[in-house]
Amino acid sequence: MGYSFPEEVLEHVLSFIDSDSDRNSVSLVCKSWHDIERWCRRRLFVGNCYAVSPAIAIRRFPELRSVSLKGKPHFADFNLVPHEWGGYAYPWIAAFAEAYPWLEELRLKRMVVSDEALELIAKKFKNFRVLVMYSCEGFSTDGLATIAANCRNLKELDLSESEVDDVSENWLCQFPDSYTSLESLNITSLSSEIRFSGLERLVGRCPNLKTLKLSHSVPLDLLPNLLQKAPQLVELGSGLHTKEVHPDLYSKLAGAFSGCKGLKRLCGLWDVVPSYLPTLYPICFGLTSLNLSDAPIQCPELIKLVSQCQNLQRLWVLDYIEDTGLNALAESCKDLRELRVFPSDPFGQEPNVSLTEQGLVSVSAGCPKLHSVLYFCRRMSNVALSTIARNRPNLTRFRLCIIERFCPDYITLEPLDVGFGAIVEHCKDLKRLSLSGLLTDRVFEYIGSHGKKLEMLSLAFAGDSDLGLHHVLSGCKSLRKLEIRDCPFGDKALLENAAKLETMRSLWMSACQVSYRACKLLGQKMPRLNVEVIAEQGHPDLSPDEYPVEKLYIYRTVSGPRSDMPSFVWTMDKNPALRSS
Amino acid sequence: MQDFKFDTMPSNTADQSPDSGTTAMSLKDTELTLGLPGGAQVVIVGGKSCSKRGYTDTVDFRSRCCSGESSAKAEQVDWPGNEISGPGNAPDSKAQVVGWPPVRSGRKKALKSCKYVKVAVDGAPYLRKVDLEVHRSYQQLLMALETMFDCFTIRRNDLEESKIMNPVNGAEYVPTYEDKDGDWMLVGDVPWNMFVESCKRVRLMKSSEAIGLAPRTPSCTSTT
Repeated sequence: MGYSFPEEVLEHVLSFIDSDSDRNSVSLVCKSWHDIERWCRRRLFVGNCYAVSPAIAIRRFPELRSVSLKGKPHFADFNLVPHEWGGYAYPWIAAFAEAYPWLEELRLKRMVVSDEALELIAKKFKNFRVLVMYSCEGFSTDGLATIAANCRNLKELDLSESEVDDVSENWLCQFPDSYTSLESLNITSLSSEIRFSGLERLVGRCPNLKTLKLSHSVPLDLLPNLLQKAPQLVELGSGLHTKEVHPDLYSKLAGAFSGCKGLKRLCGLWDVVPSYLPTLYPICFGLTSLNLSDAPIQCPELIKLVSQCQNLQRLWVLDYIEDTGLNALAESCKDLRELRVFPSDPFGQEPNVSLTEQGLVSVSAGCPKLHSVLYFCRRMSNVALSTIARNRPNLTRFRLCIIERFCPDYITLEPLDVGFGAIVEHCKDLKRLSLSGLLTDRVFEYIGSHGKKLEMLSLAFAGDSDLGLHHVLSGCKSLRKLEIRDCPFGDKALLENAAKLETMRSLWMSACQVSYRACKLLGQKMPRLNVEVIAEQGHPDLSPDEYPVEKLYIYRTVSGPRSDMPSFVWTMDKNPALRSS
Repeated sequence: MQDFKFDTMPSNTADQSPDSGTTAMSLKDTELTLGLPGGAQVVIVGGKSCSKRGYTDTVDFRSRCCSGESSAKAEQVDWPGNEISGPGNAPDSKAQVVGWPPVRSGRKKALKSCKYVKVAVDGAPYLRKVDLEVHRSYQQLLMALETMFDCFTIRRNDLEESKIMNPVNGAEYVPTYEDKDGDWMLVGDVPWNMFVESCKRVRLMKSSEAIGLAPRTPSCTSTT
């Protein structure tokens, strides 16, 4: 080393580097760069809150301003993870309260957040600005009231998809009159009534409010007033339902929407009265994102709406849109990047709408920028999948859910291996894939050989044998998250690819065939993995070792087994010999 | 890079086929599986051999699977998984599997909750079921009922009042419903949403029998 590079210069350079992976690369250059980098890192993303402890995170990064944490595995969204599995935010927040008095942002996903945790946030972080709790639970409106009352500089409060105990209707009124910094508010998940006057006053005094996503309980009558007070809105979530039809409400609403010249994103529309939809037409041209997945709008009205949204980039919609609606979408919305079609009647035995694979094929043909797809339907064919793959080699996310399990190609009655094979073969940048329908080990052979950029894979009711799992674990070089339910995968593939598991964030397997014995073996051999066995029916020691475990969650960690497990979760012993028997 | 051989272990696909979650063989008998009572209950996992399920279930499974004939592959994979069902399932109803299809529970709440109630018409030989959630007003409900039962029509007079009557014998009907408390009320008295909340079943009663309920003729106006 002939010269020394001034730290301040390097710090300045690093301030332009945001990406986590770039920062991680920087810290590997040499010891001094590692040291400089850790002191100036301001944002931290922890994809699995049990992969590292708060203490380790704080020791390495002493000056954080923004932290994102994720708790429960993704399958918790579908009730596959038992309640009280874990994912508690409090220990993190308590540790941060001591270490980062200047923390500004907390983004939590699938975590359990108590009112005590919210109180800590409210009282300990003097410059707190952003609180996002996506799909969280464990707190009430009392906790929100404390946030409102104390966080003077709060810019964003987002409770998307969270379960909130609605105990007080006037928590919004706890924002003091002097508080004017709100920029983004998402309270869609709140179920009970809120004080509307409080909401109106809040909206009126916050000139930088850009995102406003309301709950079902906010009546339509209130909307024109709110919109008039916030014409600068960029994103709106609201219902369009009223118990009584007012003739002048319609014109007031139409006028208010026209006044929102900058509105780009729209969602909500639960219980929409179709006759009110035309009030939206003036803003359609400016919309880039439209989320109608909660709106029971039928095909004809959907077509009218969507045909006017020529600048649409993202559409989430129910399958009421049907194939004809998707054809219209393909013709009108050439800038479409993301499509999600959700089922209106997921548990019905018979199809209730005329939505088939053809709709998706149309959109794949007509929308050149489409790269992200989530599609629920009731039939699929290999030829359709191959067509989609050839039309759209730029797909990065492809999640197909054929509602009927084990559903074969409806034309040939073959498995859908070849179709999904075409997807992974042609879509070379595919990062996320969810499979469904009738699938053999063959599809996993394709995925293993072609899915080199695949980071997340979701499997259900698929495959024939361990070979399937082996193909995936040995072939998918970039795999980070693998979640499997009800597949005939067992010990062999798992144990032979044990080392792979340390290169991944996590593996979830439920209703598969991994034996308790294999779990114990894995736990012993791989000390940097937590092998968690979930057994609600009783301690796995009570049944023979060959019996398969109910649910298995394996993740890499640098902090050893966690200490907050409920009674039905066991981490496999890393050093069974050291235990006194 | 650690790579280790798979130890010799008893095959997972032997006839033992332990179902996930059972703790002892004796529990197998009490286990909930698909299949009619008395039928063979063996559930095979692992893609080998055939499933000895009750006939109705095999038929049920095939007919559900998008086409008339399912391949051999389709037939043999059938998981105990997380299925919740009881013996004696009617062939039409399929056991609902936990977490499938993968829709979020929040989303499930947002969808129709399907409030089916039985509808009986005096003199009609059969009961029908109607989903109250699908309709938004009494008017809509009555129209749906008119389609469902062909023994009556709804006459509307100039005053916008509706009468339900049988065109054949001229008998008039009074729509009544049983509420949560077990009381029989006249349809139309309370706001629509309240009605949907509390209605347990509906009965179109012959006017001559509708004694004891409110004396006036119910008028089904367009209350939402």
